[in-house]
Amino acid sequence: MAVLVIADHDNTTLKDNTHKVVTAAQKLSGDIDILVAGQNAKGVADAASKIAGVRKVLLAESPELGAGIAEAMEALVVPLMANYDAVLTPATSAGKNFSPRVAAKLDVAQISDVIEVVDGSTFVRPIYAGNALETVQSADAKKVLTVRPTVFKAAAEGGSAPVETIAAPAAPAKVRFVDQKLVKSARPELSGAKIVVSGGRAMGSAEEFQRVIEPLADKLGAAVGASRAAVDAGYAPNDYQVGQTGKVVAPELYVAIGISGAIQHLAGMKDSKVIVAINKDPDAPIFQVADYGLVADYKAAVPELMDALTAAGK
Amino acid sequence: MKVLVPVKRVIDYNVKARVKPDQTGVDLANVKMSMNPFCEIAVEEAVRLKEKGVASEVVAVSIGPQQAQETLRTALAMGADRAILIQTTEDLEPLEVAKTLKAVVGEESPDLVVMGKQAIDGDNNAVGQMLAALLDWPQATFASAIEVSGSKAKVTREVDGGLQTLEVDLPAVVTADLRLNEPRYASLPNIMKAKKKELAVKELGSLGVDAKPHLKVVKVTEPPKRAGGIKVETAQDLVMKLKNEAGVL
Repeated sequence: MAVLVIADHDNTTLKDNTHKVVTAAQKLSGDIDILVAGQNAKGVADAASKIAGVRKVLLAESPELGAGIAEAMEALVVPLMANYDAVLTPATSAGKNFSPRVAAKLDVAQISDVIEVVDGSTFVRPIYAGNALETVQSADAKKVLTVRPTVFKAAAEGGSAPVETIAAPAAPAKVRFVDQKLVKSARPELSGAKIVVSGGRAMGSAEEFQRVIEPLADKLGAAVGASRAAVDAGYAPNDYQVGQTGKVVAPELYVAIGISGAIQHLAGMKDSKVIVAINKDPDAPIFQVADYGLVADYKAAVPELMDALTAAGK
Repeated sequence: MKVLVPVKRVIDYNVKARVKPDQTGVDLANVKMSMNPFCEIAVEEAVRLKEKGVASEVVAVSIGPQQAQETLRTALAMGADRAILIQTTEDLEPLEVAKTLKAVVGEESPDLVVMGKQAIDGDNNAVGQMLAALLDWPQATFASAIEVSGSKAKVTREVDGGLQTLEVDLPAVVTADLRLNEPRYASLPNIMKAKKKELAVKELGSLGVDAKPHLKVVKVTEPPKRAGGIKVETAQDLVMKLKNEAGVL
């Protein structure tokens, strides 16, 4: 049984999510190939070839693949599946965009957000915002999985798999890329950051969110996150959103400032190694998952925290 | 232009799901059910397209038990023109839902399908993409803005690290993300009016869709609980504990 792992990258850098999905794939098979679909992505393919235990890296390039157009990804991956028994894609917004199309075209179920591979056909996935875990057994000959990368350890480097260039499919006729606005930030990316500082509705405004959360994040070298309530209120952009409907993170340290801890937020961060909560409401549900809780108004607590971090050499 | 909006009846988003003791699923007996929040956003968007004069008719469709009629009435109260219930007591998988919707699209011939990006029960985030693939229609998922002009739509999408804009030829499938709009509350007069709007009920079996399951649910369990932590008194304490006890600074 050979399996295909779809690389997560931005055409320049191979993301760690790829290494993590390789670890999930190792539970299914020793014959693992990685597909790098992009544009001018040779460097990404070379980086993927260094992941230990990979048989070969396939590289397909076109402008549409570079833009992650779902129809182009489907046209590339579906024919390749003649050679594989399973395809594993990181459950990022890019992965979630095309993977179900592949499943539909193969007439198989997609198993979304896999957090555990029990055996070759049995998988565990969160449902109901992570309030329940579902173990499902697939009757399909070919498996289409999206994998939640944060729960798997990154596969080691040290391999030297060959890179094989394959033909890209023709450009899809009914969809065109117009433009892309990516937020340029010196901060680490939210889904892979070692430390995340998140703000909630208590911030009260976008200005306050920036004034309070961003300097603390920068002091800790952290990514910035937000609760859905803060995003809904317009205090933070949508791609900051941590939760069931946003990003799922599992950093070493998660700092929740003025976040009550709605179910849907907890679903996105409860696998963090250490959770800190600062909230003035002692009964806020966030304290039930926090390793360290500080019952205080963030307006006083965050400046004190900044000072304490400075005193501790941060 | 005709817009089709699939909607799903799910556990209310404010209710905490509880796993049944026999591990066969989540207990939905006597639990408040509502329209899936992302479906509400999709209905709102379709109704706004009608209010702008872009859409001429908004048709809501749901696949589910008899009680899903309530969800469809909500869609009608928000401004959908008519509704269709594909009635079944079975809990369909995303692929079967997509196949069923494909059959509905075949009967209704909409120019645009707007639907939620995921349902908050199964959390699959798959049906819209699968429907687009089965129809060979273009898709634009995770939409935060939709602009229809003639036979094309420009859709701004929430992607990792920012926004992407695609142009799709109609007909197309668009899935709604959180920031596409803020759904309205149905007013009492509109709720009354919705009771008189057409709601057709069809049995799932009458569509001739292959609805055989691909997955078997082995068990549904509670996630492991986090051990409770401690409260600290000051920010200084917090930093000392993070540095010396947790070792994360």
